[in-house]
Amino acid sequence: MNSTRREFLTKTTEYILLTGAATVAWEYVLAGKAEASPNYKTTDHWWGMIIDVEKCIGCGNCVRACSVENDVPEGYFRTWVERYFVPDVWDEQEVNPIVDSPDGAINGFPDVKRDRPGKSFFVPKLCNHCADSPCVQVCPVGATFVSPDGVVLVDDTYCLGCRYCVQACPYGCRFINPKTNTANKCTLCYHRITKGLTTACCEACPTAARQLGDLKNPKDPIHEFLRTHNVQVLKPHMATGSKTFYNGLDGSVR
Amino acid sequence: MGNRFKNAGHLVRVALLFAAGCVIFVVARGLFVPKTFGQYGHYRAAALDDIAARTPRFAGREVCETCHSEVADLKKTGAHAKVGCEACHGPLAKHAEDPASLVPKLPDTKVLCVECHEANSAKPVKFPQVVAKDHAGDTACNECHKPHKPGLNGDSK
Repeated sequence: MNSTRREFLTKTTEYILLTGAATVAWEYVLAGKAEASPNYKTTDHWWGMIIDVEKCIGCGNCVRACSVENDVPEGYFRTWVERYFVPDVWDEQEVNPIVDSPDGAINGFPDVKRDRPGKSFFVPKLCNHCADSPCVQVCPVGATFVSPDGVVLVDDTYCLGCRYCVQACPYGCRFINPKTNTANKCTLCYHRITKGLTTACCEACPTAARQLGDLKNPKDPIHEFLRTHNVQVLKPHMATGSKTFYNGLDGSVR
Repeated sequence: MGNRFKNAGHLVRVALLFAAGCVIFVVARGLFVPKTFGQYGHYRAAALDDIAARTPRFAGREVCETCHSEVADLKKTGAHAKVGCEACHGPLAKHAEDPASLVPKLPDTKVLCVECHEANSAKPVKFPQVVAKDHAGDTACNECHKPHKPGLNGDSK
């Protein structure tokens, strides 16, 4: 051994620094946290929703309940109700039905007298919790995702507010929360369904036009409903794997 | 043997630089990437717990019925059987937790009932609806219809 005192010291410091750093790094790489709520297993559920258009009375109770439950900023909506008017005879240049949703129907709908024959109905809208969600695919940082139980969620602490997802959602279900400047959307009341409760909108719906369903639970009445009704999803041609099923949906609804 | 690496000092320096780069990458990644990122997919798995941690504002009808069972029994026999308690009475999780902390106000039937039952051409035809002014004038709805069992006297609903 003919190394000098100086060489010995440099080498030793190097070794200590490197092994220390590697240990710290490895701890972070290995770390992973077990699920916090012990009674709820994400892998046991696959959430969806039924909306029975024929039962919706446009009272706006769901919109109000959602706003309260989730502190939705004023003027923004995680769920809303649309009123469609489909005329019996279309004008020459008319290509779309007449749709309105005053303030997302948070105060319901004032009656409108139409001067021509046609049908009118309400369509509640919310995040479709798509299994192959376009909004999730465009997120550049992994801030939005489909949870193992089939709910499309946003990680507020990770979202950059780049608005890609707002544009990508074909159903217009996302918005940027003006307070946090992050993407915001229906969580399917994730804080409720993980505790065994139903969503706020389903709880408040007076006609049971909305029903939460667990597609992985064979005893859930959603299966009976899907079997006995002709349900549709919105924009099926986009192959989003939507899990919000509409019963009695008119073909003109977009 | 020693001669072979006599002039390899520059290679060693490059190799050390590379190794240092690797270490910095691993350390930085460990520091900046959240611990649970990638556990279930390309996202932070702990976000699920963060989102689930919110406190519900609506208690749910099952909770209401544990105390107010007599109202629940009455309601089951009427047309409003499927209407949730908080659909009319508002979010009352606080009341359910500590009944004294928040005493719910009795809703004004003149305002509340018309939210659903005011006639509207877009409502399903089968749904019972009236033009409240013509139907009752200034009379409050609950003078004839009891909200928990809205059918008139003798009516089974």
